Amino acid sequence: MEEEKGPAPARALAGIRVCDFCGQLAGAGATKWLAAFGAEVIRIEDPVREGRWDILRGIGPYVDERRGLEFGGGYNNHNTEKLGVTINVRTERGKELLTELIRQSDCVTENFAAGVLERWGFGYEQLKAIKPDIIYVSNCGFGHVGPYSAFKTWGPIVQAVSGLTFASGLPDKPPAGWGYSYMDHTGGYYMVMAILLALLHRKRTGEGQWVDLACAEAALTLHGPALLDWTVNNRPTRRAGEPHANRSQSPPMAPHGVYPCAGEDAWVAIACRDDADWARLGAAIGAAWAAAPAYASLEARLANQDSLDEDISGWTASQDKFDIQRRLRDAGVPCSAVQTPQERVDQDPDTEGLWPTVTHTAIGSVRVDGLPVRMSRTPWRVERGAPCLGEHNEEVFGRLLGLSAHEVAQLREEGVI
Amino acid sequence: MSALAGFRVIELASERIAFAGKLLADMGADVVLVEPPGGDPARHYPPFLGDQPGPDRSLWWWHYHTSKRGVVLDLESDAGRARFRALAADADILLESEPAGRLAELGLDYGDLKQVCNNLIFVSMTPFGRGSASSAAPVTDLTILAGAGPAWSCGYDDHSLPPVRGGGNQGFHTGCHFAVMSALTALLYRLSSGEGQFIDVSMHGASNVTTEAGSYSWLVARQTVQRQTGRHAAAVPTQSTQMRCRDGRWVNTGVPPRSPADFGRILAWLRDLGLEDQFPDAIFLEIGAAMPKPITYDLIGVDAEATAIFSAGREALALIAENVNAKDYFIGFQRRGIAVGVIYSPEEAFEDEHFRARGFQTEVAHEDLGRSFRYPGAPYRLPACPWRISRRAPKLGEHDDEVLGGSKVAGSR
Repeated sequence: MEEEKGPAPARALAGIRVCDFCGQLAGAGATKWLAAFGAEVIRIEDPVREGRWDILRGIGPYVDERRGLEFGGGYNNHNTEKLGVTINVRTERGKELLTELIRQSDCVTENFAAGVLERWGFGYEQLKAIKPDIIYVSNCGFGHVGPYSAFKTWGPIVQAVSGLTFASGLPDKPPAGWGYSYMDHTGGYYMVMAILLALLHRKRTGEGQWVDLACAEAALTLHGPALLDWTVNNRPTRRAGEPHANRSQSPPMAPHGVYPCAGEDAWVAIACRDDADWARLGAAIGAAWAAAPAYASLEARLANQDSLDEDISGWTASQDKFDIQRRLRDAGVPCSAVQTPQERVDQDPDTEGLWPTVTHTAIGSVRVDGLPVRMSRTPWRVERGAPCLGEHNEEVFGRLLGLSAHEVAQLREEGVI
Repeated sequence: MSALAGFRVIELASERIAFAGKLLADMGADVVLVEPPGGDPARHYPPFLGDQPGPDRSLWWWHYHTSKRGVVLDLESDAGRARFRALAADADILLESEPAGRLAELGLDYGDLKQVCNNLIFVSMTPFGRGSASSAAPVTDLTILAGAGPAWSCGYDDHSLPPVRGGGNQGFHTGCHFAVMSALTALLYRLSSGEGQFIDVSMHGASNVTTEAGSYSWLVARQTVQRQTGRHAAAVPTQSTQMRCRDGRWVNTGVPPRSPADFGRILAWLRDLGLEDQFPDAIFLEIGAAMPKPITYDLIGVDAEATAIFSAGREALALIAENVNAKDYFIGFQRRGIAVGVIYSPEEAFEDEHFRARGFQTEVAHEDLGRSFRYPGAPYRLPACPWRISRRAPKLGEHDDEVLGGSKVAGSR
């Protein structure tokens, strides 16, 4: 990689303060990015419910036998480098504290169900009255406008309603869907983009705004060619033989699939982009069938794809997945073992540096997801674990609101924080 | 004013990076797509307008290159490289996903372009990141998702069936999301510091950190999640959440009900549908509705009553599914405050009244064909600087004169 010479690394988002109500992954994952690049992200939680609106607080995986609010592995993973404070917005004093924090912030971020912040008295109009150029980014499944705006969602619901679940499956089987909340991750990525775009706009014009992000709408943009096939050619994806997610139609490739290997639940993905790839794969296989006219052209391979897949499975089934990967990569054929978590996290040189170890005040040292980018001038930093509930009350309320340790203790006593 | 108005992006055409360029172009950046003579191979990706192939008829091309201008440059020639350098001299961001080493061989890598554009933001998105020992390995979306974790987590309870790649080239998309987040972060930094930088995005890395508990169950607890039909892969098997409705369509019931209010609402709908008599466990819904607080996860499977209530909730969801159609199930439960989802195909979602009411469908004029077509719309709504498709995808070399002959790079032709 290219290394910059010269000045020490800088923090890309230094000086940006985020008043952050985000939780779960869809929201917390977004503000994790901002914090990793130096924004001051102040995560605000409810002391009455002990922050349990975020269902990841306190649920596993755990590093050891310790359980409870501070030990949730997912929560820690998604909230690195953030500050944590508690505010009870049901109280007048709590509302005052929040108002003052907002006045000193650049962005307010949340992923509650639509309308929650407004009911607290902190809808966009009120936010704007507190700070005229505030950037408010809300992220919920269906957005704040439209017939379903009151509906509730989780990642799998968003994926179901947006077509992502349907598009992940094999013919004549139920939808396989996504084995994780792809749209919590990805909704978070769109939230990051929205925040950064709004910050850029404000920097150039002085103008703030409210960004209404609907996770399901962002998801719907991820099917472009299939949607155009529908609007232009009237061809639906709900049709016989579809979806066939391990195959490729755009561009057409064959073979293109996931094939069984020796060992338990061991698989390898192989794709031939063109006849040259097929010739190389055929040479590696070295069997008569691989040179048969029935597979000689892309057209023929597409027409005979079922038998082609069977023949290839016959070749792969007795071999080690990494042996096949090595041989086919050396031959120039796109190929990858389906890696288990252990293989890709601990044994794959191409994920080196991707799993930083953070220090969490209660948990101790634990590894988390890092960021898959290297920025030469402004590298990311993920060193501090997620905040414990109200961990930074004294620091934040002291530094930003001028409260003494004694006053903070008193607010805690009174149930305000 | 658009969020990215006035910023110029140079994109070296590649199927991998195309989406990143679109995300920037639809927010107002002046994205110049650079193709080789003869055009980028993706011009020939199906589906096609009217199923008739042609370099300007690919719907793949139409979708991924909205709002961009297109030029042809032969980077194998001195003249082409000179023009490319002149273009880069005026650029704010460069997007590339070229084969390893190619730009260095051409004298067009970051170090070279920095000479002509000191504050350039150079985004390199490659399969495994720059400098990887695997750099020469060819990849496709499928092989990325297989190696990086998504495929391990997606598929069926029946492990004699292969892991499944989620459809829609999401491995490419995920890489592009990180390319855009990085580029925008760098742009903000540049506005305050004046400095550009080099950004190295790994597609393999991007999907590796987009697997939720797939990664962190291992990182935290050395647990291996196992794929399950239509729900989260998990280290300990969980119960099915996907149900088939009366019309044969599927729904996802997400996180099963645990709150008293939920149990009350489920019972009420069972009664409205006249199904209470068919459901002996309705009594547990009644008990659940009268609980002082929600069932916590730690009680399930441990406390007999809590477990019975929890199971009755799930079984009632299944019984209702047998008796109503999928769309009605979705609307009916959501109106009752319970989060379930209908499993739509992409086009069914596109035509749904909610997204229509939000104005998601976007008309794009193809003046050359004398028609306009409906496209997918904005992923986010920034009212002060709106998302917009400013033009259809470019034809081969459509903007050669406008871009390469313009005053900005005068003298380079």
